[in-house]
Amino acid sequence: MDLTSLSIESARAGIATREFTAMQLAEASYAAIKKDDSQIGAFLTLSRERALETADRIDRLAAEGKSLPTLAGVPIAIKDVFSTRGLRTTAGSKVLDNYIPPYDATAVSRLEAAGAMMIGKTNCDEFAMGSSNENSAFHPVRNPHDPSRVPGGSSGGSAAAVAANFTIAALGSDTGGSIRQPASFCGVVGLMPTYGRVSRYGLIAFASSLDHVGPLTKTVKDAAILLQFLAGRDPMDATSADVSVPDYVAELEKPVRGLRIGVAKEYFGEGLEPEVRKAVEAAIDKLAIMGCEVVPISLPHTEYAIPTYYIVATAEASSNLARYDGVRYGRRARHARTLSEMYRRTRDEGFGAEVKRRIMLGTYALSSGYYDAYYAKAQKVRTLLTRDFEDAFNKVDAIVTPTSPSAAFRLGEKANDPLAMYLADIYTVTADLAGIPGISLPCGRTTENLPIGLQILGRHFDEATILRLAHAYEQA
Amino acid sequence: MKVSAKDVNYVAELANLELTAEERVRMERDLNSILDYIDRLSELDTEDVAPMAQVSDRYGVDAATQRGERFAYASREDIQNELRKSLPQDEALANAPESDGTYFEVPKVIER
Repeated sequence: MDLTSLSIESARAGIATREFTAMQLAEASYAAIKKDDSQIGAFLTLSRERALETADRIDRLAAEGKSLPTLAGVPIAIKDVFSTRGLRTTAGSKVLDNYIPPYDATAVSRLEAAGAMMIGKTNCDEFAMGSSNENSAFHPVRNPHDPSRVPGGSSGGSAAAVAANFTIAALGSDTGGSIRQPASFCGVVGLMPTYGRVSRYGLIAFASSLDHVGPLTKTVKDAAILLQFLAGRDPMDATSADVSVPDYVAELEKPVRGLRIGVAKEYFGEGLEPEVRKAVEAAIDKLAIMGCEVVPISLPHTEYAIPTYYIVATAEASSNLARYDGVRYGRRARHARTLSEMYRRTRDEGFGAEVKRRIMLGTYALSSGYYDAYYAKAQKVRTLLTRDFEDAFNKVDAIVTPTSPSAAFRLGEKANDPLAMYLADIYTVTADLAGIPGISLPCGRTTENLPIGLQILGRHFDEATILRLAHAYEQA
Repeated sequence: MKVSAKDVNYVAELANLELTAEERVRMERDLNSILDYIDRLSELDTEDVAPMAQVSDRYGVDAATQRGERFAYASREDIQNELRKSLPQDEALANAPESDGTYFEVPKVIER
């Protein structure tokens, strides 16, 4: 049996019936990583000791015939923007390459408490800024389907690790599309819950009003299972929502007949690759055959989403990244003669080009004289974008779009044109700005056999409906 | 709006980034190209639109427990019940690039 290609349920079931042990599952993951990760680059740090400790705990419960927690023995990879106690956490940046957090992110501790084994920390774009995982300060990640291509970003390592069967599931973060787009490029499922659905405590902050925590998995059901553990109010995150958590797995099996799905013309216009369009339209047809009502809608402010995002996100980032000053943790520039020199050289030496670019853009947008023209304006456009969705959700229950205009592009293809890179996020940033949930799942391949992603967006706190639709499509 | 070399220098100072001369040139070019694209936001009339700082303002609030206070749902149990333990000093200092065991040490703050 190939222990690396199991789902969450079959992994736990196999351990419960003693068909295999959690220890064997962990070793199977590490063997796969040892064999193939030198070509992919998905991991930055492995956490064998911690994984085997969990495995041992689970195996002893199984041996004693005791009931196992739901995620018993499931290998999980954690994007390196999540703080893990005692385990190096870099955020993909040189400025933190020696940082050892003294605490666990809430998302991490919830999954481990449910029995999951932390396999290691995955590579990502530096401070989650990027759409290709080429901005990692360490090394890029390659797409397991075609190593000359990017896995997407910024959760490229997490997506690649799931696609390459190094792990059953992974944790990622999404600020402008960073869970959904790499999921789309790597042919896996990526779920971005509603803003506030999952605690951000311990997530190294990029843009505090846009950051979301979510799972990358092989199946929609696995994503629903993980969401069950991740969702819920956390007193350590003041923005985490006090909204009840439904039984997502039970909701999955409900029929989709009669659900109204919106197709927005703005997501099917210029720039969309023909093969992606064809695959997504075929998926919509399939949903129609399953009994969904397809409703044409318009989200008129869509073209303003990228400029809005690049002001709001960079402004918030310039503030959040001010803390990397060499004082309390991380790298410090050597031989600085004054405090001011220490700050400036630490940051200049520690940050990569894209991070610096975004800090500069954000600082500029917030600086006196420009604040109204840029940041205040962007916040108003954000309201307009959110209203587009609210109006749409009066007519439909979910909105179906392509996740990205194309399949995975080649490494280096967009690296010199920041604007071209930003435009890759065109279908994903809107959901981050409005705070609504979105899921990406595979819906076909290009003629070059590259995965294509279908995105389903839903109402605030209505992950149940998008999971239901995704599951129905996946199983059909 | 056009970004000049002077603007780049000013913003770099605000952001505490010591950019090299080459970086400054590239930054001027990149910022102009991006801001050019962002300028299309001025096409929109937002005269009567309220700004949206973040989503939780409108959602994520259970009306039944709100008591009319913003962020009431985030009231901290650790203060209501008991004080949560803070990070022990040695753990807090563990990542310090330089420390005397009590304080974080940095180069001199005031230049004379």
